[in-house]
Amino acid sequence: MRMMIILPFIGIIERETTMNVQKKISLKDRYRILTRGLDWETSYQPMGKVFPDVGFEGIKIRNWDDFNDPFRLTMDAYWRFQAEKERKLYAVLDSFSQNNGQTAITDGRYVNTLKLFLTGISPDEYMAHRGFAHVGRQIPNAGLRISAQMQALDELRHAQTQIHTIGQYNKHFSGLHSFRRMHDRVWYLSVPKSFFDDAVTAGPFEYMVAIGFSFEYVLTNLLFVPFMSGAAYNGDMATVTFGFSAQSDEARHMTLGLEAIKFILEQHEDNVPIVQHWIDKWFWRGYRVLTLVAMMMDFMLPRRIMSWKDAWDIYFNDAGGALFGDLARYGITLPKYVDVPAKEVNRLSTEAWSIFYQYTHAAAFHTWLPTDQEMDWLSASYGPDWDRLYRPRFLHWRQMEKEGHRYYNNALPQLCQVCQIPMAFTEPDDPTRVAFRDTVYRGERYHFCSDGCKNIFDHEPEKYVQAWLPVHQIFQGNCGGASLDQVLDWYGIEKGVDNMDYAGSPDERTWKEWEAMRGRVAG
Amino acid sequence: MPVKAIAPDYVGEVKDSVDRFHGNIVVYVNWVDHLMFCSALAFPLPPDMSFGSLLSDLLPQYYGLHPDWARIDWAQARWELDRQPFTPDLEKGLAANGVGHKSVLRFTTPGLTGIDGSCT
Repeated sequence: MRMMIILPFIGIIERETTMNVQKKISLKDRYRILTRGLDWETSYQPMGKVFPDVGFEGIKIRNWDDFNDPFRLTMDAYWRFQAEKERKLYAVLDSFSQNNGQTAITDGRYVNTLKLFLTGISPDEYMAHRGFAHVGRQIPNAGLRISAQMQALDELRHAQTQIHTIGQYNKHFSGLHSFRRMHDRVWYLSVPKSFFDDAVTAGPFEYMVAIGFSFEYVLTNLLFVPFMSGAAYNGDMATVTFGFSAQSDEARHMTLGLEAIKFILEQHEDNVPIVQHWIDKWFWRGYRVLTLVAMMMDFMLPRRIMSWKDAWDIYFNDAGGALFGDLARYGITLPKYVDVPAKEVNRLSTEAWSIFYQYTHAAAFHTWLPTDQEMDWLSASYGPDWDRLYRPRFLHWRQMEKEGHRYYNNALPQLCQVCQIPMAFTEPDDPTRVAFRDTVYRGERYHFCSDGCKNIFDHEPEKYVQAWLPVHQIFQGNCGGASLDQVLDWYGIEKGVDNMDYAGSPDERTWKEWEAMRGRVAG
Repeated sequence: MPVKAIAPDYVGEVKDSVDRFHGNIVVYVNWVDHLMFCSALAFPLPPDMSFGSLLSDLLPQYYGLHPDWARIDWAQARWELDRQPFTPDLEKGLAANGVGHKSVLRFTTPGLTGIDGSCT
């Protein structure tokens, strides 16, 4: 007998009842019921009108049924796993809060890595949610649709748990109060922001290759492992816990990205060059965003985990090499410009930290010069060239500080049209020369930091002529005014509190008070 | 194909066209071998500003922080404008010198290679 049951607040559900005890539905059946009709075909409208984004990228699919969901996860199982992880995470956060976990970190400087993460990465977790929701809406295959939707939920959960976790630090440290507004406005945050804006404004196939494959599979370890290990090495158990909480999702995301790209490549040989270009593009875009991670690892963690160079060797060269060996049978090769990161590896983090040191007055986190011990570590990690090219720079800046003339660059920097990072990268084969690349398109000049970024522009100039470059926007008068103070107000950066050096900051004061208290207790 | 878009004739809005800079042009200046200034400096400048004024009024405010600045022998300096060798006329304006919107000016100061020869 089929009956309708009306439940308050939930509405009407249909339920099969029999005279016998209700039979338990198998997992397989539950998945079938969950996804039934998700790959529906239209009757009175053409498919292209209902799913307009599937066709325009040029990807040819012979048979959508060839894609099989690698997880076949049902909704109740999904909720159960996630709820369990949430319970553990929030228990840790409660105990962190009750035990003043923020006092157990290695040094107050450490919190600046969290500022970078919360303003740069967490809002992009939310954008990843929107991107996967879009894929789920457009792709007419039940397995891809349901797994993209689950990934969309994961990404939303990641954004939320990161905000809640780092929110603990917001009670005690500066620079964490307006992360959402900063993400949309602050100059260096336009780097991760434009990366995701680029991805979500692409079609669903490019998005899958960009985020599902290139980012999740090839580069995500280089983002999350350094941040989470950095947290573990520096006594931040709250952040470690959200890392663990996200990790099992990441394994699923990697599988989905790989299965999706294999499916696209197997469907038609014409797809191969299109996918290859996306791999080239998103490898390069992702690598440029990772500049911030390189800097975080080599300059910002009070207790270092490993150098950027070691991380690149382990997580890209070793792991990525094996992956591309796997994809060779489809005709996919290593990304274009893959040799450049190896050439830049000894200087990337130093070039990046030098940018932030000289523009500290416009940053939402604190900067400092490396100590002698830290410079020794850098020179041991990066060899004699580091001592020759960069130690004199930091020693000179230290001298300027001592003489009361701390160095600030008061002019604005030229930015790359694609990655939007200040054009501070040097020639791959000459670390003493800034690299300049340019294109003239429809009578207008555009500048790039690298062949990788120029290549991306030249493929789709109509997309990148629209780049919202923070420096040009300030010149045009769209960022609150012409003075630094006005721009900082518009950014949501509190002057003298959120910006400038760690030395003399309210953060440092707080940290020293805690240390003094510990000293009193111990003494 | 200039872009992959749903609309076949999609055209992007140029966000940095010269008409948006209130009569100025954007000019980038790079001092070769001096990476203490991480990137080329960007300035919105009136196109009729004289090249001499750029050199004597504007740049010293920024590059003057570097100990090499005071040692420059300008008679020896070599200039490039948009990757071409270039000899500026100090009396003439930027536009009359061929400096356009989003032009890159690079100059090399022979014998000066930054702090302890590190190109910083």
